[in-house]
Amino acid sequence: MLEINDLHAGIGDREILKGISLRVNAGEVHAVMGPNGSGKSTLAQVLAGNPSYEVTKGTITYNGQNLLELDPEVRAQNGIFLAFQYPVEIPGVSNAYFLRSAYNEIRKANGMEEVDPLEFLDLVEEKLKLVDMDQAMLSRSVNQGFSGGEKKRNEIFQMAVLSPRLAILDETDSGLDIDALRIVAQGVNTLRSPENATIVVTHYQRLLNYIVPDFVHVLSNGRIVKSGGKELALELEEKGYDWLQNVDVGAGAVA
Amino acid sequence: MSDVATRKNSRDGAAVAKNGTAPVSSKVSGPIESYRADFKRQPAAPDWLQSLRAQGMSRFDTLGFPTTKNEDWHFTSVASIAERTFRAAMTSKTGVSSEGSTAGMVARADLARFTFGEPAWHTLVFVNGEFSEHLSSYAGLGEKVRVNSLANSIRSGIGRPERHLGKIATFENHAFTALNTAFIRDGAFIELQADAVVEHPIHLIFVSEGQGEAISHPRNLIVAAENSRASIIESYISIRDSPYFTNAVTEISLGQGARIDHYKIQRESEKSFHVGTTQIRQARDSQLHSFSLAVGGLLARTNIYTSLDGDAATCTLNGLYLTDGVQHIDNQTSIEHLAPNCPSHEIYKGVLDGRSHGVFNGKVYVHPEAQKTDGKQSNNNLLLSPTARVDTKPQLEIFADDVKCTHGATVGRLDELAMFYLNSRGIGRETARTLLTYAFAADVLETIELEPMKKELERMVLARFASTAAA
Repeated sequence: MLEINDLHAGIGDREILKGISLRVNAGEVHAVMGPNGSGKSTLAQVLAGNPSYEVTKGTITYNGQNLLELDPEVRAQNGIFLAFQYPVEIPGVSNAYFLRSAYNEIRKANGMEEVDPLEFLDLVEEKLKLVDMDQAMLSRSVNQGFSGGEKKRNEIFQMAVLSPRLAILDETDSGLDIDALRIVAQGVNTLRSPENATIVVTHYQRLLNYIVPDFVHVLSNGRIVKSGGKELALELEEKGYDWLQNVDVGAGAVA
Repeated sequence: MSDVATRKNSRDGAAVAKNGTAPVSSKVSGPIESYRADFKRQPAAPDWLQSLRAQGMSRFDTLGFPTTKNEDWHFTSVASIAERTFRAAMTSKTGVSSEGSTAGMVARADLARFTFGEPAWHTLVFVNGEFSEHLSSYAGLGEKVRVNSLANSIRSGIGRPERHLGKIATFENHAFTALNTAFIRDGAFIELQADAVVEHPIHLIFVSEGQGEAISHPRNLIVAAENSRASIIESYISIRDSPYFTNAVTEISLGQGARIDHYKIQRESEKSFHVGTTQIRQARDSQLHSFSLAVGGLLARTNIYTSLDGDAATCTLNGLYLTDGVQHIDNQTSIEHLAPNCPSHEIYKGVLDGRSHGVFNGKVYVHPEAQKTDGKQSNNNLLLSPTARVDTKPQLEIFADDVKCTHGATVGRLDELAMFYLNSRGIGRETARTLLTYAFAADVLETIELEPMKKELERMVLARFASTAAA
């Protein structure tokens, strides 16, 4: 589904990703872990197509397409979803209008008919329950006045409605209490399927108690320094990141 | 500054020396002379009006058109108006023009796209400043309400407009109001007796049929006695794109406890010139709710001036201006707090695109006797292109010591992070831009209480943003 090869990227003159290679197949859940500043979020942003980041070298292939050539909206229309670490507040645009526009744009791009507001409401009702949110949130402005936990749940709610093929969760667990964490994880697990893949970017292991990954990659200083199974996360929990900081194994890829 | 440069270039290019100092030749009679000539050619009127017009003309003669040295016009050069010779608009009765009636040139169908609301609304249509009976419908207003064309009132003496005309809209320092006063002829005259409640809005439509460079000076008078209430809409529109000039003045007197919701919708031709002044005087406990939408005109200026002249009078002045291309749209408001315990709230928003230029100048004066004033003013602007420009000047002058006043202004661009957020959800740049721009303007439209009006303006604004995003 996704193949990243020797990816270098950064902002301005600052190189943040220094040669990442990663392969994600349908049905898999990959956890990308690492200390602050290791480049985890940059990887997530680059995959979603944030224009603030510049890719200087390497390739990303997504379902046979050159992902780097696609605008962010086209990536989304092709099934990529990024749950933001810091969801953006958009005063004046209601959640319902926003999400229905997104939903319809994606349908249009895939040759499907748009849905009207009433149909859409039916469709989202069940997804709201999934993240334990009230229908009243639909008429509120996007993320405006939302608590940290509400924002994160809103990201998962959007993900549930847009049902992406490749979901990237960027530090979705940060700032969540244990109940919210469970709700978010439950949302993600419900959406897991053999056709979809998930990349969970996180600093801490605790989210991985709820979303069990197939593979764990450790990012340090813009490179993947270690890859392994889910037990690697536990090892990190026990030993911290320090023991990996000085290891430079180059581009460690896993299939 | 660029506006100084334009001032030096007369439109005909003839009578101005290269260094911009003195005319080389003055064979061609200038625009001011043409106003004087038109003034003299006006048909006779009652003495009081002859005298009022003469005062207006004399004051205009003295003031001349304002230059950018005038603080009130610092960001807006009216050279393109001052240097142009406009023809007095063709009308059916005045005899100013020999070309016959124009009211007949506008059909109801021409107005269809500018009318909105409900069939029960009262509509008065003015073509080139002149009342058109056959395009208007305003039956069933109730006996405490009198609606008339000003021309008719002047002729018949009904309602004695001389009691109010020129008393609220001062022209001592306002050249355009002076000029309008010199040419008072027609407009709407709305009288609400005490306790009158007009159930349906009264929509005044000023249509320029746009033949050539015509000028019109609509003059409206609204007198609302104690505890009366009405919603009044003024729409300025045209059925043809041309460089005509509308110079409108509306005077509103609000009696004790009266409430007027006033909407001004300026959607003139983008080749035209528009200067419109609404001046209000408010007695105690009266309420003014003003909303101004300015989207039309090549060069447009809207003045909304109110005086809170009695205890606990309140006003909200809200507005939205949208500029694009090479438009220049200026909004000036003034709130005079003359009495204690008056709240005044003001929100103006601007969205500026292309190479356009927007101006906001909002003055709030709190006089020494206006204790316990509660004044809030804000102006927020969104620049959609690197070549658009806005000048904003909120002014707060306080001479009382026990007041609560805030004001602020912002100028910003579209939030790139919000743009990416929308894009990352599958929403393309154009749609996202429309959505974000609309969201910026939405909260000021949200303040409109008259539901059909709100819907219409939301539709208009959204359509405009969608068309510019696609361009």
